[in-house]
Amino acid sequence: MNKAIIEVINLKKYFEVGDMVVQALKGVNLKIMKGEFVAIMGASGSGKSTMLNILGCLDKPTAGEYKLDGISVADLSRNQLAELRNEKLGFVFQSYNLLTRTSALENVELPLFYNDRIKSKERKERAIAALESVGLADRMHHMPNQLSGGQQQRVAIARSLVNDPVVILADEATGNLDTKTSYEIMELFQRLNSDKGKTIVFVTHEADIARLTSRNIIFRDGWVIKEQIVEDRLIASEMLKSLPVGEHEV
Amino acid sequence: MNYFNLLRIAKNALMRNKFRAFLTMLGIIIGVASVIAMLGIGQGSKKSIQDQVASMGSNMVFIMPGSQQRGGVMMGNSSSQSLKLADLDAIKQQCVNVSAVSPEVRTSGQVVFGNENWPTSIYGSNTEYLDIKKFGIESGRMFTDREITSLAKVCLIGKTIIEKILPKGMDPIGQTIRFKNIPMKVIGVLKEKGENSFGQDQDDLLIAPYTTVQRRFLAIDYIQGIFTSAISESKADAAIEEIQAVMRKQHKISKPEDDDFRVMSQSELIKTFTSVSDILTTLLGAIAGISLLVGGIGIMNIMYVSVTERTREIGLRMSIGGKGRDILMQFLIESTLLSVVGGVVGILFGYLISAVVGSMMGWPVVIMTQSVVVSFFVCSAIGIFFGWYPAKKASNLNPIDALRYE
Ligand SMILES: Nc1ncnc2c1ncn2[C@@H]1O[C@H](COP(=O)(O)OP(=O)(O)OP(=O)(O)O)[C@@H](O)[C@H]1O
Ligand SMILES: [Mg+2]
Repeated sequence: MNKAIIEVINLKKYFEVGDMVVQALKGVNLKIMKGEFVAIMGASGSGKSTMLNILGCLDKPTAGEYKLDGISVADLSRNQLAELRNEKLGFVFQSYNLLTRTSALENVELPLFYNDRIKSKERKERAIAALESVGLADRMHHMPNQLSGGQQQRVAIARSLVNDPVVILADEATGNLDTKTSYEIMELFQRLNSDKGKTIVFVTHEADIARLTSRNIIFRDGWVIKEQIVEDRLIASEMLKSLPVGEHEV
Repeated sequence: MNYFNLLRIAKNALMRNKFRAFLTMLGIIIGVASVIAMLGIGQGSKKSIQDQVASMGSNMVFIMPGSQQRGGVMMGNSSSQSLKLADLDAIKQQCVNVSAVSPEVRTSGQVVFGNENWPTSIYGSNTEYLDIKKFGIESGRMFTDREITSLAKVCLIGKTIIEKILPKGMDPIGQTIRFKNIPMKVIGVLKEKGENSFGQDQDDLLIAPYTTVQRRFLAIDYIQGIFTSAISESKADAAIEEIQAVMRKQHKISKPEDDDFRVMSQSELIKTFTSVSDILTTLLGAIAGISLLVGGIGIMNIMYVSVTERTREIGLRMSIGGKGRDILMQFLIESTLLSVVGGVVGILFGYLISAVVGSMMGWPVVIMTQSVVVSFFVCSAIGIFFGWYPAKKASNLNPIDALRYE
């Protein structure tokens, strides 16, 4: 448990908008260990998404160093980055980003299509297994528009799992969901973290969601201002039970 | 990335948006089909004119009275009486490239049998006329030289007139019909020739000895045209020159611009008429070009409209590990599939339209290889380019920028 999966040193990200330069990240240092479940918190505009996109190799930092699983990302070509995303990372978006008119199963299979080593039989088996682990095996032939928001997000989580990544990155994965569904998704993440030992980095600005993780990193204005271990960690499955009956139906 | 996977991805992406795929293909189909059909129709009409004119006798050379210009002054009607029987004899004797010669005089009027009547034309000629103009006799016989000398009131009859004025089933041979009130005995029936490409019914005529038409119907002693056969199609030009020389000697004309006659060959006639249909073809070609443009713009539109959606899709594909070249290949395969399928369907449609129009108009179906090749390649090129280009741009973005594209 003492191996660093993510190591970020003095990382900066500037956006140029017209003549203005927006300093989204001003020099962030981070270290996330294998098996951790980390919540990144902070006010809107503090740079959480920017940080996560860089961690997910979806965007490049302006300056600084980022090591993922011991690999220095700055040295990699576009194709190597694509391979890295394909094999080591799973990304869950706030808006699900599923392919429309494409079955849940095919959506989950998608990352494996871009991995030549995986044959079609294995691809399908792994996709089904991933859907089972998010509790949607019975919905695998449904299209996204035939699924609820929570179910769509589960499909997206299954997709992020299917390549057996070293880190799952989630940007406000519960942001579009109601309380009960949010807890259900968090329960899933907690299970992936504790049972399968997945490292998870989770962006949220909801304090009660953050209390379900093991460590919180708080951003402000492009800086990390505080890091804290969650002392009284909550369990999502218990939270679900304690929800007032009927709230979901309202 | 293996190609089987890419093909599956491309196929799935197309199936996911069948309507878009259909619209893109429609642009290509319209573009290709219209070019092929338009040019096919133009060429078909040209070919049919050529065939028709050739069926009137491709080695035919004929002389018409021509407007006579003296010092720029039109000499008016006198020129229309410029052809004489003496000219005919001179041509017959002096032109080695000419094998048959016949005068032609004609007039129109009502033909009557019993209570039926029908407006038609009578053509006066000698015995060689049928061969020169490629008429055949179905039953009965041609008139004889004796009948020509005696101004006999005999005629050959076309199928249309039989249909219009004779009772069904009656044998026309031996019947007496009246043309312009003069009784004419039918001695032969002409073989059916059908309409020519100008819609003129070639079976709506009577043929009689030229003397009969000259004296009994018109009371003239000149002739209205001289029809000849060159000894072969390739000698038609030589025949024209010979005839011109003979005619100038006959008419005592020293300069060609003083000619009071015109000598034309069937092949020249073909050129005259096909030049008309060449204009038609050019016009249709222009329309086809516009359709191609419209089809092309349609393709661009569809491709462009779907860029936003597809850029996000590209962002997603990149974020889960798709490489730039995988994505480009996918889009290239997609747009190539659409273009090729659309192109092939377009070719079939173009052929079908040409065939339908051709069969309605009685034209042969002419499909020009160039129109197929050009339209296919132009449409495919547009389709493939506009499928590929946005993908190229999108796959150069950072995945996150492609995902957020709007
Ligand atoms: N593509 C971009 N171009 C220009 N500026 C950007 C871009 N992306 C982010 N920013 C700016 O960077 C800063 C950090 O944005 P970021 O999206 O990381 O915030 P956040 O912490 O995720 O906020 P929220 O909680 O609202 O999602 C903001 O000021 C934002 O305007
Ligand atoms: Mg954000």
